[in-house]
Amino acid sequence: MMIDGTQEYSVNMGPQHPSTHGVFRMVVHLDGEVVTNVEPKIGYLHRGLEKMAESRTYNQFIPYTDRLDYLAGPHNSLGYVQAVEKLMGIEVPERAEYLRVIFAELGRVASHLFMIASGSLDICGWTPWSYCTRDRERILDLFEMTAGNRMTLNYFRIGGVSHDVPDEFIPALKSFLDDMPEMIEEYYGIFFGNEIAQSRMKSVGILPKELAENLLITGANLRASGVQYDVRKAEPYGIYDRFDFNVPVLYGCDTYDRHFIRLLEIQESRKILQQALRDIPEGPVMAKVPKVVKPPAGKVYHRVENPKGEMGWYIVSNGTTKPARVRIRTGAFVNVQMLPAIVTGWKIQDLVTIFASMDLVLGEVDK
Amino acid sequence: MDALNNIFVNIAAYIRGLFADSHSLSADLAINIIVFIMLFLIMVVAALFLSLVERKFAHWVSQRSGPNRLGPHGWFQFIADAVKMLGKEDIYPANVDLFLFKIAPMMLVGITLMAYGVIPFGKGMVAINLDLGIFYFLAVSSISTLALLMAGWASNNKFSLLGGFRAVAQMISYEIPLLFSLLGVIMITQTFNLSSIVEAQKTIPFIFLQPLAFLIYLIAGIAETNRAPFDQVQGEQEIVAGPFTEYSGLRWGLFMLAEYGNVVATSAIAVSMFLGGWYGPGFLPGWLWFILKIWLVIFIMMWVRWTFVRMRVDHLMHFAWKILLPLSLANIFLTGLGIYIYQLFIPRIGG
Repeated sequence: MMIDGTQEYSVNMGPQHPSTHGVFRMVVHLDGEVVTNVEPKIGYLHRGLEKMAESRTYNQFIPYTDRLDYLAGPHNSLGYVQAVEKLMGIEVPERAEYLRVIFAELGRVASHLFMIASGSLDICGWTPWSYCTRDRERILDLFEMTAGNRMTLNYFRIGGVSHDVPDEFIPALKSFLDDMPEMIEEYYGIFFGNEIAQSRMKSVGILPKELAENLLITGANLRASGVQYDVRKAEPYGIYDRFDFNVPVLYGCDTYDRHFIRLLEIQESRKILQQALRDIPEGPVMAKVPKVVKPPAGKVYHRVENPKGEMGWYIVSNGTTKPARVRIRTGAFVNVQMLPAIVTGWKIQDLVTIFASMDLVLGEVDK
Repeated sequence: MDALNNIFVNIAAYIRGLFADSHSLSADLAINIIVFIMLFLIMVVAALFLSLVERKFAHWVSQRSGPNRLGPHGWFQFIADAVKMLGKEDIYPANVDLFLFKIAPMMLVGITLMAYGVIPFGKGMVAINLDLGIFYFLAVSSISTLALLMAGWASNNKFSLLGGFRAVAQMISYEIPLLFSLLGVIMITQTFNLSSIVEAQKTIPFIFLQPLAFLIYLIAGIAETNRAPFDQVQGEQEIVAGPFTEYSGLRWGLFMLAEYGNVVATSAIAVSMFLGGWYGPGFLPGWLWFILKIWLVIFIMMWVRWTFVRMRVDHLMHFAWKILLPLSLANIFLTGLGIYIYQLFIPRIGG
């Protein structure tokens, strides 16, 4: 049979595709090279973390939280342990608070570095990818010397952190912070300042301010669309109100700005880390917490600024050693819905770039 | 030095001398078979070695380790890669167009090998001394588009098909600036014969007379060989591996062989046309100069590949039709003007 004219066709991208950052699957409807519609299909990494929490004690669930956004493990645990502490009314020692901030911000830097890395890799920038992962490696080394693990740390505890950092940690962190401006210049030179990279990313995949707000986009994606909103400033948790840092905001709303804002945030994290290193006191790292954690009946909602977006922990306790219900609001899961909204009309190559700029981690999307 | 310079020519003459009549059909046949095997070996060894050098270079640029296990600093890795590829199971998916699927990689390698026939590796060291050498090279290299389209079509895979279409669009577009950039040199020398063109550069390589043309040729050549930033055809991040998606084992290896073979051939033409071919300071034999210059061009191509990111499909087309093509036309005009002014003082140049 002869077919008159042209025809749309659909292509399965994922779950095994080089640029879907894990096991994300999208059914892409194409007209030639132009994307007409995208249907995200999620759930390939679903592990039922929320249900798992109900059959484990409060302390037993801490390792699982690292597996949500596995590129920035510490910040997930931070949200969880702070939610439980809020429920129980535990005061955390000063030094533990500072260590938590240091690890959380290091996790943010690692996550943002990897986002820039994979974003550049998706437009075939192997060298920027290599540079970013090379520097992220130093953060993972810092994690390893403290917690023994490189990505899923299991370092935070309800009431503090599991143990103090080793002696060589502080000098290594200081030298990393000193090298940071040079690294950022290098990334700019090879990736952000590159003419072809700019032509690939600038004014591609526009996410307007209104659309971003209506879709409940959070995190750096929202700030790249011109909304200055950061949970660390809007509702400071832990000791974040003590630090002097800016919330960078860009108004381009495009893929380039969504990449570039990560670079700016890395610089802000550096400020926080420097202040934390300056102010960190000596002392215990663990509060007096009963061996069996048994919060009083009640419920709590606690939210933190994860590198991927706002992360909320809703915990219902019925007074036993196990939570009655845990609900996790993850930024990446909500951010998925911006993909079909902004991708229509762009080429299949832009789809990959736009997808990279959303900075999804499938552990967080599928939970 | 003279003996070293002519070593391959002398060997060929010696083999001819073994026959009773050194210009008989059997002597020609024997020489041709030997030359064919030599060219094939040159292509295979160069491509295998290049695949390793490319990785070494990439890891040097991006500060990684690279292959460093097999042999001294990993320099034997390419042998292991070749053996691994030979030992793999021959897999083809169901519902492919088996004839086209099987013939496409062979065709691509064959075409690449054909291009080697006119490359002058040294003085008198050219397999077929065609008077239309450069014309033949361009004609042959444009057939390779067909092989990529065949691979993309036969694979019965949407990613492959997209890659095949991209190959056609890209390679046909970039062939035109490639051809026009070489016209300037041909206008000056008034010959299509590659050996004559090289001999015309005895005093001054044409890169100094045609710098713009060299730049256009290099860019279009990178695009013709499907290397980053113009590797739309493979486009690993969006269309998996383009036409090669369904290929594995030795068939995939043949595609890689053709790709690297093409890189060497394109660099060889650049050297012959612009960098003075086998001419160089006398302390090294001519053919060695030729090889060294090829490596120089290949290193520039690698440097570009590992520094830049991939262009978008429509930007790629704009770049070919709106920038490279007018520039190459301007180059032809300027060359003509230069020749006209030159002829005002000297009645005739070239031939």
